[in-house]
Amino acid sequence: MLCVKPYSMFCKIFIIPFYEMWELPDIFVQTLWEGLVGGTLYSLIALGFVLIFKASGVFNFAQGIMVVFAALSLVGLHAIGVPAILALALTVLIMLVLAFAIERVVLRPLVNQPDIILFMATFGLTYFLIGFGELIFGGDPKVMITKQLYIPTGTLSFDFAGGRVEMQKLDITAVVVASLMVAVLAVFFSKTRIGRALRAVADSHKAALSVGISLNQIWIIVWFAAGLVALVTGIMWGARSEVSFALEIIALKALPVLILGGFTSIPGAIVGGLIIGVGEKVGEIYWGPLFGRGIESWLAYMIALVFLLFRPQGLFGEKIIERV
Amino acid sequence: MRAPDETTIKAGQTLLSVEGVSLSFGGVKAIRNVSFDIRKGEIRAIIGPNGAGKTSMLNVINGFYHPQEGQITFKGIKRKKMRPHDAATGGIARTFQNVALFKSMTTLDNIMAGRTLRMHKSFFWQLLRYGPAEQEEIEHRRKVEEIIDFLEIQHIRRVPVGRLPYGLQKRVELGRALAMEPELLLLDEPMAGMNLEEKEDMCRYVIDVNNHYGTTIALIEHDMGVVMDLANRVVVLDYGQKIADGTPDEVKANKAVIDAYLGVAH
Repeated sequence: MLCVKPYSMFCKIFIIPFYEMWELPDIFVQTLWEGLVGGTLYSLIALGFVLIFKASGVFNFAQGIMVVFAALSLVGLHAIGVPAILALALTVLIMLVLAFAIERVVLRPLVNQPDIILFMATFGLTYFLIGFGELIFGGDPKVMITKQLYIPTGTLSFDFAGGRVEMQKLDITAVVVASLMVAVLAVFFSKTRIGRALRAVADSHKAALSVGISLNQIWIIVWFAAGLVALVTGIMWGARSEVSFALEIIALKALPVLILGGFTSIPGAIVGGLIIGVGEKVGEIYWGPLFGRGIESWLAYMIALVFLLFRPQGLFGEKIIERV
Repeated sequence: MRAPDETTIKAGQTLLSVEGVSLSFGGVKAIRNVSFDIRKGEIRAIIGPNGAGKTSMLNVINGFYHPQEGQITFKGIKRKKMRPHDAATGGIARTFQNVALFKSMTTLDNIMAGRTLRMHKSFFWQLLRYGPAEQEEIEHRRKVEEIIDFLEIQHIRRVPVGRLPYGLQKRVELGRALAMEPELLLLDEPMAGMNLEEKEDMCRYVIDVNNHYGTTIALIEHDMGVVMDLANRVVVLDYGQKIADGTPDEVKANKAVIDAYLGVAH
């Protein structure tokens, strides 16, 4: 046998982790599931980015804070006595108003400016939303109104290969909702007139204008769609932990997902999210001890970096075509 | 929103007129006090040396630029300012000097994008691909296939246009403009950078569009042979000013035009 005590480094990296997976399949399945759930939520965030990037070529740094803002609005409205379902409807309305406001105040004055300018504008938007959010809702963490929204809680557990695998009902809901959302958006983009118009705008502004597509309208639609995705993400993330401004940094987790999946691909965002989610969890459980644990926080970026070397346009990103 | 009553203007009557238009960018005067008209059913050429303001003129008509002075009357409606969206709804389609296509989309999708303004069913039904929306999609698809047949680009239907050679891209762009079923078609150097054969094909398409669909065409072109063959009337710009306007033969004989093109001895 290759592996004898004391174990060599090669053995610790390439043999033992897989042996553990094989020996204790229940723990492996549990890890996979948790990675999958985390991945689904990463996918949701990445999806918000992809929507806006597809239609305007802008990397929207504010997506993270939009998640927080949506969740805070929902919780805040409920706190002042609005029934949960009505609060949800009102939050959707708030996201629509936000989309209109962003189009009018941020994007329209900057039309035809280089992408970097728009990117910086989304930074500004981020800090505005942080300040505005804190002013209205206060800075303290809040609890998501999970029960009131009829989101099932509790645990589902079943026996598996001599062990026990536990699944949070909340997580199952998250996975189902995210899948639905993605399916609808994918069809929306590929099959509808507006979807076609969105892709058209992404490719060429002036050509889109010449066939009568209204840029302003398209921007409102994508920012609203991104707002809805942010709301769903906010509810799901909020229900798993809490609603606070700290959630904003999950936006950074979307970066490796986007590098993996490609900035313009909806399926890419999903698969990228899942790979990152699962990779992170599996890495943490099986290889984490080698590095003194805590590799979860940087492994995603490593995966993305390695990936970048081989496929710069991402898994499903549009092929880079350049004529010389 | 549909275009205002289209039947009021008969062939030979003025479809669009430009009156005293001036356009400047800072200190650069791109167009100075230019007036001309485009009659329904004709092929109108705009020619002139490089930098004469031809493309700017097209951009003004199409609403990309807003002139500082003058006005444009299209189908009897006077406008000082026109937004590109209004121009498109009003029935003005165009192509660009350096092709502007949706490069990552297929030929089919590009041309379908030209139908955007003519599709009205709510996106909810389109999402489900059901009932009236399905009917509508099929109807538009039929129209698009007709255009594809007309331009003989069946073989590249599913190819992302970014991969196509330049000549074919120009053809797809024409197809997208045609899909709008425009009343006035603006072509910005449709034959630029083409070889002789491609040029002849393009000429044939332009004439066919004009004959079959009765579309009024305004085109910018550098190839004088092409212009003289195609155009019913020609307007000549030089340094932003109109220096001649008339039939190809009249323009050819005009002293100012010869000077502009060949230079004047001082």
